[in-house]
Amino acid sequence: MLLRHTPKEINPRKALTINPAKTCQPIGAIYASLGIHKCLPHSHGAQGCCAYHRSTLTRHYKEPIMAATSSFTEGASVFGGQANLLQALDNIFTIYNPDIVAIHTTCLSETIGDDVPQIISKAHEDGKIPEGKVVISASTPSYVGSHITGFSNMVKSMALQLSGGEGRKNDQINIIPGWVEPADMRELKRLCQEMGLNTIMFPDTSGVVDSPQTGKFQMYPQGGVGLHEMRRIGDSEATIALGKFTSQAAAEALDAKYKVPCQILDLPIGLKATDRFINALRPYSRLKVPESINYERGRLVDMITDMQQYLAGKRVALFGDPDQLISLSEFLVDLDMRPVYVLTGTRGKKFLRRMQEILGQAVPEAKVQHAGDIFLLHQWIKNEPVDLLLGNSYGKYIARDEDIPFVRYGFPITDRVGHTYFPSVGYQGGMQLLERILGVLLDRKDRDTPEESFELVM
Amino acid sequence: MGKTSLPDAAKIKDELLKVYPTKVKRKRSKHITVISPEKEGDSIQANVRTVPGIITQRGCCYAGCRGVVLGPTRDIVQIIHGPVGCAYYSWLTRRNQTRPKSADAPNYMTYCFTTDMQEEQIIFGGEKKLKQAIQEAYDLLHPKAIGIFATCPVGLIGDDVHQVSREMSRELGINVFGFSCEGYKGVSQSAGHHIANNQLFKHVVGLDDEPIAGKYKINLLGEYNIGGDAFLLEEMFAECGFTLVSTFSGNSSYDDFCKSHNVDLNLVMCHRSINYMAEMMQAKFGIPWLKINFIGAQATADSLRIIARYFGDSELIDAVEKYIAQEMPEVEKAQAELRPRLEGKLALLFVGGSRAHHYQELFKEIGMKVVGAGYEFAHRDDYEGRKVLDGLEVDADSRNIEELKVEKDNTRYQARLSAEKKHELEKQGITLNHYEGMIPSMEKNTLSIDDISQFEQEKLLELYKPAIFCAGIKEKYGVQKNGIPCKQLHSYDYGGPYAGFRGAINFYREIDRIINTRIWKLIDAPWKEEEQIRADFAAS
Ligand code: SF4
Ligand code: SF4
Repeated sequence: MLLRHTPKEINPRKALTINPAKTCQPIGAIYASLGIHKCLPHSHGAQGCCAYHRSTLTRHYKEPIMAATSSFTEGASVFGGQANLLQALDNIFTIYNPDIVAIHTTCLSETIGDDVPQIISKAHEDGKIPEGKVVISASTPSYVGSHITGFSNMVKSMALQLSGGEGRKNDQINIIPGWVEPADMRELKRLCQEMGLNTIMFPDTSGVVDSPQTGKFQMYPQGGVGLHEMRRIGDSEATIALGKFTSQAAAEALDAKYKVPCQILDLPIGLKATDRFINALRPYSRLKVPESINYERGRLVDMITDMQQYLAGKRVALFGDPDQLISLSEFLVDLDMRPVYVLTGTRGKKFLRRMQEILGQAVPEAKVQHAGDIFLLHQWIKNEPVDLLLGNSYGKYIARDEDIPFVRYGFPITDRVGHTYFPSVGYQGGMQLLERILGVLLDRKDRDTPEESFELVM
Repeated sequence: MGKTSLPDAAKIKDELLKVYPTKVKRKRSKHITVISPEKEGDSIQANVRTVPGIITQRGCCYAGCRGVVLGPTRDIVQIIHGPVGCAYYSWLTRRNQTRPKSADAPNYMTYCFTTDMQEEQIIFGGEKKLKQAIQEAYDLLHPKAIGIFATCPVGLIGDDVHQVSREMSRELGINVFGFSCEGYKGVSQSAGHHIANNQLFKHVVGLDDEPIAGKYKINLLGEYNIGGDAFLLEEMFAECGFTLVSTFSGNSSYDDFCKSHNVDLNLVMCHRSINYMAEMMQAKFGIPWLKINFIGAQATADSLRIIARYFGDSELIDAVEKYIAQEMPEVEKAQAELRPRLEGKLALLFVGGSRAHHYQELFKEIGMKVVGAGYEFAHRDDYEGRKVLDGLEVDADSRNIEELKVEKDNTRYQARLSAEKKHELEKQGITLNHYEGMIPSMEKNTLSIDDISQFEQEKLLELYKPAIFCAGIKEKYGVQKNGIPCKQLHSYDYGGPYAGFRGAINFYREIDRIINTRIWKLIDAPWKEEEQIRADFAAS
């Protein structure tokens, strides 16, 4: 057994986290920064954090992930990192020539108390930042929140520090997509386009962390939201922000700064959440919802009606990030499945409240946990098993030990491909997701069913 | 490609430096050495801080300590004291394989234990939470030993992991020990290796004096069992008749460490990460060490022969020869088969602290040419040999890494070799406690580059257009976007094992596969050329 020391009996732990279901802020900040065109993320701290974040993102995306670091040594940790950051900015612009540098902090620079905005001003004064180049920053201490918080903080910094507006409303809306995959961002843009909308999406990692093989490495791939676009977001008619945990802060900051009204929706994963997303777009579109979208929706509903018998009543355990878990759980309920265990490592009462709305009536036996760890989830499973596990690659250890069908979802996925290329948002994304869930469930049925009841047609 | 067509390495060095601001240029210039025909005086700067803003391969002290040296040990519960991230990223990401002795024997390597420090602890201190965490781990697992690893904020807020460890040791009656391996210490993973060596030596090595049965007792130091390398080597040692007591640290266990001072000889694979342990065991217990290399078939054969001659028994020498004779034909067959497909192709290797040296052997065995190599976090002695050690200056960044004063253990010290025997070995060209370094084995007009930057990597690819580039996960896909394969020499791209004779064959085949895969020829769409011609025509 891979997790041979996980007992069935659950004793509460107060201080020890085992097998975390979250990681630290900066990695989220880097992912968000990569969604800006020609942006180099920069980690203000010792170089280990940056190496770890780049490695983890690389394993998930199988793409080059570029980021620089202030490379603190013990001296910098005592005297502060100003000299390091000034030198870093100088070198970055000379050697790597980005348009934007997005700085995030680490536990180290936060504990020391470095004032990054002040250091950036100093860099401007010292002429270390060339004409036309931009430096933004976000504070991302990892002893607060999780990778989700870091993502949210950097998106908020984008909304505040890159935004602009002339006070005239343009015929356009902002989309803040939340922490989703590049394929999801591309799919969201497509849906908006089908709805006849002009949109600016930020961050936008499509074309950055799923760039094509061309035989020529691009330090800054084609994708990412442009600086010229960000300078117009203050003039948008509205902001649609997807995911409370990842997008709300940015949307509200933008509203406060430029009076761009915002709507905070769940991530459009699954049928109902996508319905709400399309519905939210309607007021800004001069068109009726186009037939093409109705067709897509119809195909997803059709697939569910056709295969519903294999889904109904199945017990599901899922772990990951709050925004995803909320929409996934709702989708599972619509499939008549039973998300009995839902666990995130990220802290947040609003997660519990939203989950209560979704599961309270439908799956009253459900256990929902925030600030939890995967060790606990495994113990729950040991006490009462499930038919399906959904989560990042770390879930495979539980899946193998307990022999549970497993669908990889979330971050990081380090042992499969596809999650970055095929969307899970929108109706088409719903079909992809459903196909994967059905795939593992039916494979399991085929594996376990007695020979005489082995079916050709299912 | 013949020898004459290789570009002038000195010119390439100039190209690599061109873009840098003056100060950076001066610094980086010292890290790039053109290998001269005589090699004698070829010197390089290493183990100094990376220039801020340079995109580096390097990680931190914590990664070297917890990730590299301690990570592969299955039955020490390793609690990472700090915010969650550092623990998370070192959880199962290094491919150290392990085989517990039975289905219910302890194996904690699949688990990640952390105090997940919160703001409250940053402000008021985290020792209380750490103590509680140790207690909870003990209640759950009842391990023999618990290691505590400090990450960046811990040192700054003044938590004393050693004090807490001592207290909990007393309270629980098990071995609890701490590592002050905060990420900002030193300039790379290297400081962490040293700290890990120190603490293992202080708290674990020598705890079990129970005599060990068997002949030709050895430890293997600096072998981390990536992809199962150590498994192959364990088999090899068994077949030759050695008694392998402990590996630091691949497929290793706490008990093995405790009795590792009862051997006749230490074998050192990765000099950088573990030479401290070898030296300390020599000083305290009188165990000599030999730098060996089991990467490359010839290197493996040579290493085995040297070890056999150290022991000097004809029975062992015969067994080793028999083993080599048994393994070599398959190796030679594979070489003969693959050489025509790989001969003369260029390779560049930038990785770690020993692999950039060791893996050159394998490339040479299939006729490839290594035109550049360098380490991520090694020191000058890994490049130029231990002969430079006396003159090495310790700078401010490394001064605080503790250098243990180790004295002879009067009851347990035992000289393994007489002075004459030592002299005799030296006459045969076998020098104990010595490492030649990488540079002497490189060819003239090639480059040695320390702590290579992303920019230099790109330039090298452009200027050499090598058939293969070897590095780590962060470099992998950037290299490959250029249409050039990148072989990871940390994780082996989830392949391997590559050690010993059978490993060498795996590696030759892997290199053939990665270089000659069809996909490199399919990057351009069939219409690209035609459309390019049309576009050029229209433009003219
Ligand atoms: S938890 Fe803090 S110190 Fe650790 S990797 Fe994350 S930012 Fe760095
Ligand atoms: S050189 Fe590479 S393989 Fe050797 S110890 Fe260091 S990291 Fe590991």
